[in-house]
Amino acid sequence: MTRVNLALLILIACVASLPLFGGAYALRVGTIACMYAIFALSWNIVGGFAGYPSFATAAFFGFGAYATAILLNKGVPLSVAVIGSLVMCFLLAAALGTVLLRLRGHYFAIASLSLVEVFRELVNNATDLTGGGMGLNIPLASGSGILADATFFFYAMWGLMLITAVVVMIVSASKLGFGLNCIRQNETASNMVGLNSTLYKSAAFGLSACFVGAAGGIYAAWVHYIDPSDVFDILYSVKPIVMALMGGLGSPLGVFCGAFVYLGLEEVVWRNYIQIHSGVLGVLIIMLLLFLPHGLISLRSGMFRRKAKHV
Amino acid sequence: MLAVQVLINALVLGCLYACIAIGFSLVWGVLNVINLIHGSFIVLGAYLAWGAYQWLGISPWYALVIAAPLFFAFGYLLQRLLLNRVISAPVLVTLTLTFGLDLILNNAMIYYFKADYRKLTLSPPTGSISLFDVVVPVDRLIATASALALTGLLYLLLRRSKVGRAIVAVRLDRDAAVLMGVDVKSIYAIAFGLGAALAGCAGVLMALIFPISPLTSSAYLGKAFVVCVLGGLGSVSGALAGGLLLALVEGIGSTLIGPAHATTLSFVLLIIFLVVRPQGLLGRKGFE
Amino acid sequence: MSEIRHEILHLSNVSRHFSGLQALRDVTISVNKGEVLGLIGPNGAGKTTLVNTICGVTPASSGVVTFDGKDITRVKTYQAARLGLSRTFQIVQPFAEFTALDNVAAAALFSQPGESLRSAREEARAHLAFVGLDAQASQSAATLTLAMRKRLELAKALAMKPKLLFLDEVNAGLNSAEVERATKLIHQLAAGGITIVMIEHLMKVVLNVCTRIAVLHNGQLIADGQPRDVIKNPAVVDAYLGQQYAQRNAARG
Repeated sequence: MTRVNLALLILIACVASLPLFGGAYALRVGTIACMYAIFALSWNIVGGFAGYPSFATAAFFGFGAYATAILLNKGVPLSVAVIGSLVMCFLLAAALGTVLLRLRGHYFAIASLSLVEVFRELVNNATDLTGGGMGLNIPLASGSGILADATFFFYAMWGLMLITAVVVMIVSASKLGFGLNCIRQNETASNMVGLNSTLYKSAAFGLSACFVGAAGGIYAAWVHYIDPSDVFDILYSVKPIVMALMGGLGSPLGVFCGAFVYLGLEEVVWRNYIQIHSGVLGVLIIMLLLFLPHGLISLRSGMFRRKAKHV
Repeated sequence: MLAVQVLINALVLGCLYACIAIGFSLVWGVLNVINLIHGSFIVLGAYLAWGAYQWLGISPWYALVIAAPLFFAFGYLLQRLLLNRVISAPVLVTLTLTFGLDLILNNAMIYYFKADYRKLTLSPPTGSISLFDVVVPVDRLIATASALALTGLLYLLLRRSKVGRAIVAVRLDRDAAVLMGVDVKSIYAIAFGLGAALAGCAGVLMALIFPISPLTSSAYLGKAFVVCVLGGLGSVSGALAGGLLLALVEGIGSTLIGPAHATTLSFVLLIIFLVVRPQGLLGRKGFE
Repeated sequence: MSEIRHEILHLSNVSRHFSGLQALRDVTISVNKGEVLGLIGPNGAGKTTLVNTICGVTPASSGVVTFDGKDITRVKTYQAARLGLSRTFQIVQPFAEFTALDNVAAAALFSQPGESLRSAREEARAHLAFVGLDAQASQSAATLTLAMRKRLELAKALAMKPKLLFLDEVNAGLNSAEVERATKLIHQLAAGGITIVMIEHLMKVVLNVCTRIAVLHNGQLIADGQPRDVIKNPAVVDAYLGQQYAQRNAARG
C-alpha cells in the first residue's frame, strides 16, 4: 500500500461522512461528486495509464443508464440491473476496443467521440425499447421520503466509487498497469518485448467503461427519468478529461481530487452565473491548459517521492 | 425519377458539405489540430449574414466578402495568441483547448442571440427550378455554386500563390519546410485564419438554406469530421470527395431506411473508414 | 556438407512490397543455430525490412518464414517475441520514462510466461550487469547517452532469452572505443550459443565477428557465404564495398 493510495482511501472515507453534515442539497452534490470521481478514475485507465485520449465516457454512461432503466422496467432488482450494466459495458467496450484502439491520436479520439453519437442515435431510434426521444421513466426503487432516497443513492454512488478506486489501485500495481504504462511510452517497443498490446488495451477500455456504465445505472434509478440527449451528452466525455488534466494525468489520487475540485467550481459557477456557466467552464479549461498543464498534483510534488506525473 | 432526384440532391448537398469541411480539413491537415470551434464559426458566419440582411439590408453575397477578412483576422489572432502555445502538445490538450474555446463562443452566441432558430428569407423569394425532371430550389443551387467557387478559390490559392504553396509544403513535411526557410509559425496562423474565413463564408451560405441557431454548431462540426475522414485531410479534392460520398450515402440511406437515420449512418461510415482506411479516399497516410 | 547443422530460421522466396516499391524480392536464406550471420548491403537494400518481416512488424507479401520448425509468416510481433525472436532497433526504442532497470524488466516480464514483476526486476539486474549498465539501473532511460541506450537495447533483447537475436546497426553513432566494447559483448553472446543476425556497416566488425555474410541489394540476395569469399565477390564489390576496399583487401592478401 503506497502512501498515495493510502491518502486516496482516507479521502474516500472522509467523503463517506458527508450525510452527517449536510441536507438534501449536500447529498445531491455529493452524489454527483462521487459520480464525477468514478468518471475521472475510469477515464484515467485508458487516458492516463495507456495514453489513449478517449472521448467515449458519455457513450458508456448512457448505455449503462439505459441498460439499467430497461431492466428496472422489467422488474429486475436494482443491484442486479446495475451489475448487469457493468458487465455489459465491460464486454461491449472490450469488443469495441479491439477495433478502435488500433487507431492512434486524433483518429482514436474522433472514433471514441463518434461512439457517443452513434449510441445516442441508436437509442433515439429504438423507440420500442427505449422510448426514443421521449425518454424513459424509471420506477421508484426505494420508498420512505426524499432524504432517505437521497442518502441511499449517495451511498450507492459512493460504494461504486470505492470499488472503482480499489480496482484502479490494483491495476496500477499489477502487470496490467505496468503493461499499459509501457504501451503509453512506446507501443512498438511493447509489442517487441512480447506484450500483446491489443489485449491489454481492450482490457483497459473495458475497465474504463464498466464502472461508468454502472454509474449510469445508478444515475438512471436516482433521477427516475432519462432521455438520449440527457445521458449521451458529450460533456460527460469532456468533463472527466478536464478533471484528469486538472488533477494530474495518470495519478488516481490526482484525478480524484481533480473531480472534486472541478465539481466545486461547477457548483459555484452554476449557482452564480447560470447563463454563462458553460462559457466559464470554457475559460477554466483554457486557463488550466495554459498555466497548469500537469495538473494540481504537480504543485504538491514535494509530498511524494516519485515523479509527479505517474504515480 | 427517384434515383435521379437522389443523385442531384446528393451532388448539391455534397458541394455544400465540402464547403463546410474544407476549412476544418485545412487546419487539421496543416496544423494537426482538430478545431472544435469550427462549427461555431459556421454558425457565427450564418448570424453575420442574417444580421447583415435583417438590419442593414446587405445581401448575402456581399456578406461573403465582409465575412472572409473578418473571420480570417479572428482566426489568425486566435492561433497566434492562444493556440500557438499548445501547438506541440499532445492531441488531448489541443482537443480540450479548442473544446473550451468552443464552449465560450457557443455560450456567447446563445447569450446574445438566444437559441431560437432564425431563418434568412430572401425577398423576393427565389423559388425553384426544374432540372432533368428534378426539382431544385434556386437558393440551394446558388449556394452550391458559391460553395464550389469558394473551394475553387482555395484550390487556386494553394496551387498558385506563394503563401498557398508554403501551406502545402508545411502540410506535406513540416520539417522540410522549416529547412526551406518557411516561417512555420506564420503559416500556421495564416492557415488557421484561412480555415476560419472558410468556415465563416460557409456559414453565410448555410444561412440561405438552413435555419440558424447556436444549437446547430455540433451538427456542422460532425459533418466536417465525417467529410474529412472520408475524403482525406488537407486537400480540396479530398473535401469534395468526402462531401459527395457522405451526401450520397445519406441520400441513399434516407431513401432506403428513412431520414431519421441519416446522422447515425454518417457516423457509422466514419467509424468504418477510420478502421479500414483512415487516410480517406484521397488522403495520405500518416496524419494522426 | 560435412557437419550436421541445425537450421533455426529459413526464408523461402520471401517478398515484400509497399504500394509500388518492391522492398524484398524472392529472398531465400537459412540461418543455422549458433551462427553469427552478417547482413550487409547499401542503404535501402531492405535489410531492416527483412528483419521487420521476420519479426512480424510488417507481414511478408509472399513467401514462407519458418523458425525453429514453425511457420511464422503470419505471426504478430508479440508472438514472434515470445517464440524466441528478439531484436534491437537501429533507432533505439526505449521506454523513455522508465528506469534502465524497468526497461529490461519489461522485456523479461512480457516475453516469459509466469514471470512476476519482482522476478523480472531481479533478472534485469543481471542483464544490466552483463552490458555494463548496473550503475545506471535507477536512471531514467531518457537521461542515458546514446551508447548506453544501445547497450540498454541489447540488455532488453537478452532479457527475452532469445533463440535468435537480430542486431540492427548496434554500432551506428558509436566511437571506436564504444564499438570495441560492443564487439566484445557480441563475441560473448555468440560464445554463449545465441544465434545472431547482425545488420552492420562497419566491415571491420563484420569480419571480426561473423561466421557467414549475406549481401542484400535492391531487395535481392546477391551473395551468401564465407566472409572471405563474399568480400571478393565482384557483384558485392560493385554494389556495396567499392573498388578501393577490394584493392586494399587484395593487397592484404
